[in-house]
Amino acid sequence: MSEYIEHDKDGISVGLVEKNFFTFAEPPDEMLLENGQKLGPVTIAYETFGQLNADKSNVILVLHALSGDSHVAGYYHEDDPKPGWWDIMVGPGKGIDTDRYFVICSNILGSCMGSTGPSSINPKTEKPYGLDFPFVTIGDMVRAQKKLLDHLGIKKVLSLIGGSIGGMQVLEWCVRFPGMAFSAIPLATTARHSALAIAFNEVARQAIMADPHWRGGNYYDGQKPDLGLAVARMIGHITYLSDESMRLKFGRRLQDKEDFSFNFNADFQVESYLRYQGTKFVERFDANSFLYITKASDYFALDDQHGSGSLVEAFSKAGGKYLVVSFTSDWLYPTYQSKALVQAMKKNGLDVSFCEIEAEWGHDAFLLPNERLNALIKGFLDRVYRETGH
Amino acid sequence: MHLLKVFWIVSIEKPDIKKLRFDLQIIASWIEAGSKVLDLGCGEGALLHVLKEKKQALCTGIERVESKVGQSIERGLSVLQGDINEEILDYPDDTFDYVILSQTLQQVYEPAKLIQSLLRVGKRGIVSFPNFSHWRIRLQLLLTGYAPITKQLPYEWHDTPNIRVITIKDFRKFSREVGFDILKEVAINTINHERRGNIITFHPNLRATYGIFLIGKGKK
Repeated sequence: MSEYIEHDKDGISVGLVEKNFFTFAEPPDEMLLENGQKLGPVTIAYETFGQLNADKSNVILVLHALSGDSHVAGYYHEDDPKPGWWDIMVGPGKGIDTDRYFVICSNILGSCMGSTGPSSINPKTEKPYGLDFPFVTIGDMVRAQKKLLDHLGIKKVLSLIGGSIGGMQVLEWCVRFPGMAFSAIPLATTARHSALAIAFNEVARQAIMADPHWRGGNYYDGQKPDLGLAVARMIGHITYLSDESMRLKFGRRLQDKEDFSFNFNADFQVESYLRYQGTKFVERFDANSFLYITKASDYFALDDQHGSGSLVEAFSKAGGKYLVVSFTSDWLYPTYQSKALVQAMKKNGLDVSFCEIEAEWGHDAFLLPNERLNALIKGFLDRVYRETGH
Repeated sequence: MHLLKVFWIVSIEKPDIKKLRFDLQIIASWIEAGSKVLDLGCGEGALLHVLKEKKQALCTGIERVESKVGQSIERGLSVLQGDINEEILDYPDDTFDYVILSQTLQQVYEPAKLIQSLLRVGKRGIVSFPNFSHWRIRLQLLLTGYAPITKQLPYEWHDTPNIRVITIKDFRKFSREVGFDILKEVAINTINHERRGNIITFHPNLRATYGIFLIGKGKK
């Protein structure tokens, strides 16, 4: 989803940041995962933005989506071509104002952007884990994040914010560690991965596993399954857009040509776009991480895991205040899924605000500049900040 | 233009009961400090904002229009986007001290059902509506023969959101039929952009532009 990242047009930025690492669960005290397997040591890459106040009451935890990382905003070096993935939202005076809040974002367990994942070295074999990496869940990702916050001495967060798979982590946090967050903002997300979402993920995974270079996940010493991963990403991008956004963005326009080529090169702009996104993605992402994280999202069903099948029961454990946001053209996690969340919160007497933002850009809308989203987040955070005695 | 904008920001930043529409001022005066309030069709949240800041009320709003929901949340209110008839169904019994339905009843498809829901989720309800038996309306219909258009009901018959015409007397009759109690009623006549007005006690059904009712669960 990094295609949208640009330098702030007003030059407002949180500035230079650095990636930090925290390692825990050193053997023999490995982390017990939800599937019963053990993993250790576990390293979590994280970044922080803004200043932690004296009583540690201004913490905002940002949770990233499938292909994201800890680099939410700012730059590692002055000459970086792009800032972090949510630079439009996180920075001085922005929706998540780093002049006021201390923002933390960590790379999820199973990813490949600094945290332990299938491309990390397995201490038992001194080779990359590959498919020996145990299956991790959204719950495991959140438990690793909790370890990080414990390490940083943070007992309570002002808000949890995340979209898509990041939103699933937000929800998991709320029911797994009730009382830990004063508020939460799940964006463009769901409490339960739908058959449609699982289906797209499965096709994407099959594309990777059908690539001869995948070799059962043991490709780290040779050619990588780039073609498979690129196709997987192309499928992903279709689900992030919408009928309307594709019509507006591409229509049936041809790419750099006047007429059909009558061969299988990319004739249409939409083909060219998807190919470009696919090719670009393989430069920065690990195919096995893609498999593991998509599977974790498919396994996610908050109602089954925390409420014996009832979302209302799952939220009976939760506290805090909520801002739920969906987007009209998001067909990956459509509004009815956010409304189910809102309903479960209401039935538990929880304080919840909900807005369905009119946006034509599909699921990706939460990452795009959007004045409404900006103002909603800013207003909501300002309120919970005041309500927590600031 | 810039000054206007500054003024607008200041006016939303500082909630003031006197700046509310007159009928909302009366509603605000009925609500005790610290009450739990649900406003059905809360618009940009003007009433809730005042109740929250001036009366420390715990406020929730429901509004259909995205931009109004946005403005309400931006000013720090807890507001849900949705249809009031559906959204009200999710709340447990007696969740709120007051449920407000201000100038919306005339747009509701199933008024009896909504009032029953309102008195299920709230201990009390506050309902206000434009009074269709005001003498100007009666006179317009009598003299011109056209469907009446007034400041309170400013639409042509073919583009109005108001699908029902209600009079103060009708609402009293409705309370007996549906089986809820009228605990208090005030009839008002508004002037000056609806911010100021008078309370009408003499022949309200003929002289008032709005009726405001505090209602409670009936014996049934």
